[in-house]
Amino acid sequence: MTAEAATHVTAASVVDAFARRHRFHWAEALPWIVAIGAFFVFPDYLALGAQILATILFGLSLDLILGYAGIVTLGHAACFGTGAYVAGLLAAHGWGEPVSGLLIAALAAALVGFVSGAVVLRTQGLTLLMLTLVVATMLYEAANKANTITGGADGLSGMDVWPVLGFHFDLYGQTAYWYCLVTLFLCWLIARCIVHSPFGRSLTGIRENERRMHAIGSPVFWRRLTIYTIAAALAGISGALISQTTQFVGLGVLSFDRSGAILIMLILGGVGWLYGAFIGVPLYMIMQDRFAAVDPVYWYFWIGLILVLVVVFAPSGAYGLGDRLARALRRRA
Amino acid sequence: MSEIVAASVSILFHGLAFAMVLYLVSVGLSVTMGLMGFVNLAHGVFAALGGYIATSLMTQMGVGFAPAVAAGVVTAMVVSVPLERLLYRRLYGADELAQVLLTVGLVFMSVAAGKFLWGPLAQPFHPPAALSGQIELGTREFPTYRSFLIVAGAVLVTALWLGLERTRFGAQIRAAVDNRRMAQSVGINTSGLFTAAFALGSGLAALGGALGAEILAIEPAYALEHLIYFLIVVSVGGLGSIRGPFFAALLLGVADTGFKYLLPEFGAFFIYALTLVVLLWRPRGLFGYA
Amino acid sequence: MRKMEIIAPALAGAALAGLAAAPASAQTVKIGVIGTFSGPTEQQGEMLERGLQLYYKTHQNDLPKGVKIQLIERDDTGANPEVAKRLAQELVTRDHVQLLTGFVWSPNFMSVAPVATQGKIPAISLNAAATKAVQMSPYMVRVSFTLPQQAYPLGTWAAKKGYKRAYTAVSDYAPGHEAEEAFSKAFKAAGGQVIGQLVFPAPPTTPDFAPFLQKIKDAKPDLVYIFVPAGGQATAVMKTSVDLDYKGSNIALISTQDLVPDEEIANMGDAIIGLITAGTYTSDSPRPANKAFVAAWDKEYPGSKLRPDFESADAYSGMKMIFEFVSKTHGKFTGDEAMDFFKHWKDPDSPRGPIMVDPNTRDILQNVYMRRMEKQNGKAVDVEFETIGMVNSLGQVVSSK
Repeated sequence: MTAEAATHVTAASVVDAFARRHRFHWAEALPWIVAIGAFFVFPDYLALGAQILATILFGLSLDLILGYAGIVTLGHAACFGTGAYVAGLLAAHGWGEPVSGLLIAALAAALVGFVSGAVVLRTQGLTLLMLTLVVATMLYEAANKANTITGGADGLSGMDVWPVLGFHFDLYGQTAYWYCLVTLFLCWLIARCIVHSPFGRSLTGIRENERRMHAIGSPVFWRRLTIYTIAAALAGISGALISQTTQFVGLGVLSFDRSGAILIMLILGGVGWLYGAFIGVPLYMIMQDRFAAVDPVYWYFWIGLILVLVVVFAPSGAYGLGDRLARALRRRA
Repeated sequence: MSEIVAASVSILFHGLAFAMVLYLVSVGLSVTMGLMGFVNLAHGVFAALGGYIATSLMTQMGVGFAPAVAAGVVTAMVVSVPLERLLYRRLYGADELAQVLLTVGLVFMSVAAGKFLWGPLAQPFHPPAALSGQIELGTREFPTYRSFLIVAGAVLVTALWLGLERTRFGAQIRAAVDNRRMAQSVGINTSGLFTAAFALGSGLAALGGALGAEILAIEPAYALEHLIYFLIVVSVGGLGSIRGPFFAALLLGVADTGFKYLLPEFGAFFIYALTLVVLLWRPRGLFGYA
Repeated sequence: MRKMEIIAPALAGAALAGLAAAPASAQTVKIGVIGTFSGPTEQQGEMLERGLQLYYKTHQNDLPKGVKIQLIERDDTGANPEVAKRLAQELVTRDHVQLLTGFVWSPNFMSVAPVATQGKIPAISLNAAATKAVQMSPYMVRVSFTLPQQAYPLGTWAAKKGYKRAYTAVSDYAPGHEAEEAFSKAFKAAGGQVIGQLVFPAPPTTPDFAPFLQKIKDAKPDLVYIFVPAGGQATAVMKTSVDLDYKGSNIALISTQDLVPDEEIANMGDAIIGLITAGTYTSDSPRPANKAFVAAWDKEYPGSKLRPDFESADAYSGMKMIFEFVSKTHGKFTGDEAMDFFKHWKDPDSPRGPIMVDPNTRDILQNVYMRRMEKQNGKAVDVEFETIGMVNSLGQVVSSK
């Protein structure tokens, strides 16, 4: 038995391990199968379904900066809301083509992300948290005051969204559902590519040990700014999806509530493994829908209690729970 | 010219009253975050609790002003102890995210509890007759209660600062904020200190909540609605500092009132812009520690 | 054989006649109610809900045999237009409602316009007051009120009363802006001068009114027109005006009925005695139809501290309109038929007095009254001392009395 054979670690196997990481694991098809199946099993809930899909994208974008780059933000709704308002304004003023609206919204949100990121990413810890919060709140106030443009507290109405690929946005939400699903899929592919690329790996490095990254010459600030901008664009797309499918934009898209809720949804599902949003968002939104129907008054109490229990017993969210379960099963086998 | 003077006096007066309330509520948060390194987004809950207890005792049971406020403070302090020992303690030194999640969960539960126990409306607050009406100071009249707030606030702030400088407890807190390990190694019981500091901070918040019920209305979503202002006071003032938040509260209180008075069309936009500028200039806050 | 030839057709004829005379098979009309049952503005939702339920419960026997109305209630949790729109969509596609109603908040009402148009489902506002809302879909109609309807006549009245320098302060959302615009326009047209205006932060936040009211006091107007959404904010405004001694400085407050919601009057103390408002409804009105309404309210909600307010009265009348239509059509109707009925509906004897829907605007036409708060037997009572006449949604008087 040679030393080489005993250790099983060769240059070839290491390269192979890295290459394998990119490949699609069969389990990754599950969310999409479920989503497609839901279309047929729950034909009356497609409006809610479309909103869930769009919000998953929002959560995914937050996962990129929070889970992979380690930037804790309380103001992610700033980019989401920018995308929503830009798409809304386009549709309300004569340009209702949805896909181009999405792309323009993404650009606008990316711009907001880039500019605000350039300013706030120089700080860290509580200061960074505060600054992200403050930026989002400033945008909220600006949108509130510019009520001749945005409609202020009354919201932006009168949106006329044109059919996408010949499909009208119908009352049942069928078109909206597919529109959101396809967009989410494409954006997820992009996110997955980024995360598995060398750039994505460097982000994890920055998150884990920033000093070391500086020491090896990695352009930390620019890397963080890049992912912040990309995440902003994705958040903008999700905002645009919401506004295009509901044909209404309220101030709530820029609110602290929105930033806080998506943070909670992501944490529930688990941060940093790309699927946290896929679990946390539907869980939270369906619970909210069901609780609101049964006992709207005390929804806050139950969600609060669940959050406290999750932190105390399952700090890594669904991912942690799933991980523990998987390990327990493996031990049995 | 006299209009400008009148306006300035109005702004300073109301701003000062607002600043006192903000400070009383936020100082506890600054100590908690600086001392225990714990991001406690649920801090406003204690202020709301103090306000709820005080207002309901006054309106529903006819209890006098001072005892009602005292009851609010004591209740908050008593509630804070098991909360700290059983829940918060587990997360000292833990991931910031977990702390955010836990405290947000607590805030949500408090919103539902407030609604359940006291209904969805803002609690009416009727100051005692002696503190109602107007008082004449120089050529102008001022609302008596707000004047009382300013004076009471000043007295409390002075007592707090003196307490920090002159008492052993204060010295221990300062030591533990500066360097926890060192403080532990010279024999300071940091664990008990944390509980005591947390209780004190919560009590002060309750005091601020009860006294300031006119300015920051006591409603179920109190802790959420005013969270950002408390966080601004603490981050601009500097974590762990007692003096810093005072000047931050002054700045915030007067600026907020000033903007409301002079440029109400812009709402709170300028406050946030101001916060942005200050935090970029001084990321650790005006009086921040390392 | 002969007999059968006679009997059989006779039997058949009798059977057919019997079938024709038989009542239509049981018809349940589903109505979606989008109300506010949680959140900081829950009390306003409750006032509306109570008025609606009061009519619903007490008039079950008015429906023809076999016809039932089923109310499906959903919670928009406040001024959340995205939520309201989704709820409307679900009510139409999932629950198959034939009518949508409720709507405390204007943004919510406005957001359901596309659903109403696409689904051809009438949407009836029992409260939401923004003027432009009903114009957003041909399937929208309102039975409550608009702000210009009250604020415009108020402005004219105030100027004629002799007030010269007015300051306006309104909440920062559609009804607030409309109220301010209407009041100022009327006040200026009648010879007054508006020396300043400001906006309070948009609902549902309850701001600290002191800096704003201080600023107004420093500007020394003789009249202040205030508009805030009905509920706790009204009480807070009144209290702050007392703290700042408006009466002592000879500054009069004037408003539309939102400043004196009936359920809050007990909380305001003596601050409101003497306050003059323009409005469409007060529970203190001695009108017989109102007395009957209040009596029914007290019977249904015994011992309740919440007095019926304009939201309750409006919801009550709205339900009446729906009931009348459902009875008339036995529950079988299309959206267009419904709109045709609603557009021409009137009630000469509602708790508010004579009310009718204007077929051109699908908005409400009703009497506007000038009222003054007075103390009677130790209680604060709103007294209607003058009737302006039938006023349309833009504030124009179309006929007197």
